[in-house]
Amino acid sequence: MASYIPYTGEERQAMLKAVGLDSIDQLYNVVPESVRVKDLDLPEGMSELEVGQVMADMAGQNRAFRSVFRGAGAYRHYIPAIVKTVTSKEEFLTAYTPYQAEISQGVLQSIFEYQTQMCELTGMDVSNASVYDGASAAAEAVFMCQERKKSAVVFSGTVNPQVLRVVKTYCESRQVPVTVIPPKGTATDLEALKAAIADDTAAVYVQSPNYFGVIEDMDAVVAAAHDKGAKVIMGCNPIALGLLKTPGEYGADIAVGEGQPLGMPLAFGGPYLGFMTCKQAMMRKLPGRIVGETTDHDGNRCYVLTLQAREQHIRREKASSNICSNQALCAMTASVYLAAMGPKGLRQAAESSAAHAHYLAQQIAPLGFGLKEADKPFFHEFLTECPMDPEALCKKLEAYDILGGLPVDGGILWCCTECNSKADIDRLVAALKEVCGK
Amino acid sequence: MSVIPAELKYTKSHEWVKEEDGVFVIGLTDYAQSALGDLVFVNLPEEGDAVTAGEAFSDVESVKAVSDVFSPVTGEVCAVNEELLDNPALINEAPYDAWMVKVNNVSGTEELLDAAAYEAVVAAEEA
Amino acid sequence: MKLLFERSRPGRGMDLLPPCDVPAVSFDAALLRDSAPRLPEIAEVDLGRHYTELAKQTHGVNDGFYPLGSCTMKYNPRVDEETASLPGFTQVHPLQPLDTVQGSLEVLWKSEQLLSEITGMDAVTFQPAAGAHGEYTGLLLIRCYHQSRGDTARTKIIVPDSAHGTNPASATMAGFKVVSVPSNEMGGVDLDALRAAVGPDTAGLMLTNPNTVGLFDPNILEITQIVHDAGGLCYYDGANLNAVMGHVRPGDMGFDCVHVNLHKTFATPHGGGGPGSGPVGCKAFLADFLPAPRVRKAGESYEFFEPEHTMGKVRSFYGNFLVVVKALTYILSLGKEGIPAASAGAVLNANYLMKKLAGHYDMSFNTLCMHEFVMTLEKLAHDTGVTAMDVAKRLLDFGMHPPTMYFPLIVHEALMVEPTETESPETLDQAAEVFLKILEEAKSDPESLHHAPHDCAIGRPDEVTAARHPVLRYDFDA
Repeated sequence: MASYIPYTGEERQAMLKAVGLDSIDQLYNVVPESVRVKDLDLPEGMSELEVGQVMADMAGQNRAFRSVFRGAGAYRHYIPAIVKTVTSKEEFLTAYTPYQAEISQGVLQSIFEYQTQMCELTGMDVSNASVYDGASAAAEAVFMCQERKKSAVVFSGTVNPQVLRVVKTYCESRQVPVTVIPPKGTATDLEALKAAIADDTAAVYVQSPNYFGVIEDMDAVVAAAHDKGAKVIMGCNPIALGLLKTPGEYGADIAVGEGQPLGMPLAFGGPYLGFMTCKQAMMRKLPGRIVGETTDHDGNRCYVLTLQAREQHIRREKASSNICSNQALCAMTASVYLAAMGPKGLRQAAESSAAHAHYLAQQIAPLGFGLKEADKPFFHEFLTECPMDPEALCKKLEAYDILGGLPVDGGILWCCTECNSKADIDRLVAALKEVCGK
Repeated sequence: MSVIPAELKYTKSHEWVKEEDGVFVIGLTDYAQSALGDLVFVNLPEEGDAVTAGEAFSDVESVKAVSDVFSPVTGEVCAVNEELLDNPALINEAPYDAWMVKVNNVSGTEELLDAAAYEAVVAAEEA
Repeated sequence: MKLLFERSRPGRGMDLLPPCDVPAVSFDAALLRDSAPRLPEIAEVDLGRHYTELAKQTHGVNDGFYPLGSCTMKYNPRVDEETASLPGFTQVHPLQPLDTVQGSLEVLWKSEQLLSEITGMDAVTFQPAAGAHGEYTGLLLIRCYHQSRGDTARTKIIVPDSAHGTNPASATMAGFKVVSVPSNEMGGVDLDALRAAVGPDTAGLMLTNPNTVGLFDPNILEITQIVHDAGGLCYYDGANLNAVMGHVRPGDMGFDCVHVNLHKTFATPHGGGGPGSGPVGCKAFLADFLPAPRVRKAGESYEFFEPEHTMGKVRSFYGNFLVVVKALTYILSLGKEGIPAASAGAVLNANYLMKKLAGHYDMSFNTLCMHEFVMTLEKLAHDTGVTAMDVAKRLLDFGMHPPTMYFPLIVHEALMVEPTETESPETLDQAAEVFLKILEEAKSDPESLHHAPHDCAIGRPDEVTAARHPVLRYDFDA
């Protein structure tokens, strides 16, 4: 049994004596007898060796595939070795939130660096220190846009369904009306979106590349929204931004997204990273922690948590968000990743992901996996037809140690990253030929 | 020692008030700015907003706290001191020059204190 | 210390990816960004040294005593890091077919069983990524419950004035109005005030027990009864669970739903501010409203299912999964005896340290405490001008992370001390010596304390300028 208590039974008795007690039980005398636990139904504790074995057995019940062609909100990218080295450092791992700036300059500076990098990536002026994930970032962005006379939000139906679901849950409790515009094929129905924007529309949210991998016409979206005085929240992919036009360049007001591709493993869904950046004018509306640069009384440059009067520990029930923590270690992960990759490496990851996806699309089209909409530009994900039942197809691919694309609406949503080499893709194509009997 | 100009009126919640031809000018007193410490941000209402006597119409932020600012009158905001948005320190430096809002169409006011009565309020709090 | 951008040199970089082995895509120029992001261009050796330098200016639990009240900075077991790094856990995609992720589903299911037992609940979700997120989720459970009964009048959540700021903020976010009830002289809930505050508009009460002054409220059964009698539900903020786990369960004290902080009570590391995990547990009658999906057993295997009246989702996928792995490893290690031993150890350590300081520092309450105690420096500030802030900053010079300052709000010049169970008596003895030395300094040389810390990398930062003129990113053009 572990408890990580350093002292022995004898030492404990001495401490009890120092406090004026005879037994540990007396510490709980204040708890009513009727609610004291009589028999805790937990298994016996284990030694480190045993628990390691038990957990390894559990992990052994999972299957990690050699080749992954599935994205849909979680992406397998190459993680440089130095990322894990840095984020495993005990100091970064075990430190608390940097409220005591004098002994936390390491963490604070790394968040400042992260904030800067996210601004560069998204083309925006300000970033916060991160929130839980891309979906909650989307919800928080909706609340940033709330004004006295404008509350409703319009979402394109091409947004990741998980994001939509989280946003709806958040908005329902705050009674923020959400209108979702059904997609036109695999892209936003711009006409319908435009028609849905009214005088009381606070914000319009479009994701690009969208859930189906398609690159949206953000110019049209921004024009339509700003025309009616609504803000634009753009959901984006951080790897794609190594190459594609940024939310800032499109004129969006807020950029949010899922930061997992920046050095975090798939990990069955978490921990991930929600990034939020915006234009200068909306700075004070950003939720969560923000690090600022300042000086100490000797004039030394230093960093500190700032603009705290926005936050829950000060505003309490008047805070616009209850968020307390950020995903600090995940933000550092992203920061190390971006520094290791650099602008060239990131562009390379983006170009390689796109190139491999387009190569795959081309190779499987003749096998009955035609693009659902060939005229739409896509980044590294694309939706195709499927000549057999998609679930059954993916099941068969498992035998080849391949995780196929995600079955979606009778088709398959494929994804490639820089991790899917030509040889990897050729193996998939050969497997598909066999499975489909071609 | 708190500065309390004789010609102004005051509230128990440490706002000062001046009336100019039916327009009420409101700010924070010297005692208030001293108690609040260095102000870092002021959240002001907009022109046209309605305010109600006894209710908060604004809040001011210091590094570690937020404090409500209460309106002594019921009426409509006709002017807002935008300088304070960029330079909240003006309230600390010159509280009686750094007006926050002007209110017109005033239909009711709270009981306002004169300088002597307010001095007593401050003395009681400092004790 | 230099910033990454200041170490950057054009053309430098690392050789991470192979050249592309398929033709490039020529995108329409209109779709491409105009200029490259100004990310650092830096060699691996310099990147590594950059973070080594940053680590030297970061103070973690591995560095020393970390008595942050209400944060439970206990030791983070290394075996938990090992299990959370197993490729079987890290390499699986959240949307894989269920028969290929039975191990992950087992982690979620087993953790649910164990936490249900510890908290006295019937169901647990791991979707919330942090404590505040868990509070929000728990409040949504309450909201869903009343709505399902057509009881739309219940718009208010009662929160004690001693509560952590996330409590009222979460209530507002969940669409409720907050009613604050005052604490009595023991820091507990004032029963008369509570009786006056409840009514047909009461949706629920948010409470932590022990409370934020480190005392167990002995009226707890009466408190939850009052709220239940008025038709409201009771929500337990699990931030202080480390005082009582294994000895008493929130579910037995009358609470209907709870959140726990895996990054506090269950030893997962704080990471400088996250990722944490704030699982929410509830009684059976609320389970249908939990976020989707939940895990259940189907014969010998595990599957996901949608709770019948689910609130929806509060996070993508299933929550901070790897953090749950760490917590599960910890709970399995401790087991039936280790869980109550840990909490008893936490309470003993707090009382031991408090005894050493009582009679020198003023305690907010002169009784046995639970896992934390609150000192008030109000009199010291009055007599010497030395504040809680000054004492806290001076502690930094001794390599000790200070206790929580100025919380709870109901105690003036508060320092909240929570040693946790994973500290040895000699660490506590040394800590006491440091506190007492500083007290001497406060009496003999108060002026020096106003400028503490003296021996850290930096002095007190100018927070006023940081807030008045925010500089939130590096200026490449400066």
